[in-house]
Amino acid sequence: MIDLIIFPSLLISGYLFGQYFERKHYRSILKRESDTLHVPLLTLKTVPSELKRCDAELVAGNVVVSVDYFKRFLAGLRAIVGGRVKSYESLVDRARREAILRMKEQAIDKGAIVVTNVRIETSSISKGQRKTIGSIEVLAYGTAISPYRS
Amino acid sequence: MMITNMETVPGKTIIKHFGLVQGNTIRAKHVGRDIMAGLKNIFGGELTGYTELLSESRQEATDRMVKQAQTLGANAVLNVRFSTSSVTQGAAELYAYGTAVLLE
Repeated sequence: MIDLIIFPSLLISGYLFGQYFERKHYRSILKRESDTLHVPLLTLKTVPSELKRCDAELVAGNVVVSVDYFKRFLAGLRAIVGGRVKSYESLVDRARREAILRMKEQAIDKGAIVVTNVRIETSSISKGQRKTIGSIEVLAYGTAISPYRS
Repeated sequence: MMITNMETVPGKTIIKHFGLVQGNTIRAKHVGRDIMAGLKNIFGGELTGYTELLSESRQEATDRMVKQAQTLGANAVLNVRFSTSSVTQGAAELYAYGTAVLLE
């Protein structure tokens, strides 16, 4: 009996809070992405040839994001019929963009003009705990290139 | 100590190679953080405790790698890579490795 009350309330609160947090996060991501447009990210291993002497430093950004109860429920339903799991797509997208932004902001703090050799890694940290994905970790790292100082 | 994930540093030449240096650490999350994470699993959003935990451990792995490079007499670590693996339930291994070199 008590389960019949708990389950819908989890679904509803998951839906409301989840939607709210996701919208808020996307707003902040879009704003910070347009603020940091002046520093390009490259996945090339080399430095642009016009930079002959420069300082190089490793920068990294990571984030752990969790999906809400409502979306997990939807994904569970989706697993029966198969197809595109849209609710998890936004989770991974948010995590990846957030990690990249954190790396970029760290690079800008160090006075970088470009970040090369950017690598992005995704791992599930709640592995082995039941079968759900739940939360994922994204790490973005690269080399911040700044004009030669010393 | 210069740490980059590129294979060379522009404007500098490599005098000597010292080979692979590495650092790792295995961290478990504590119960308080687990309870907060349990709540976040309902509402969704960032698990700040885990983010901090993982970035601290990654820093620790990097520090160990740098220490090893210093004992070899290197002044830079190039081509650094990170990897994460889950060893047992609730614990994660953070691993950093790279090539220690002496730059001019």
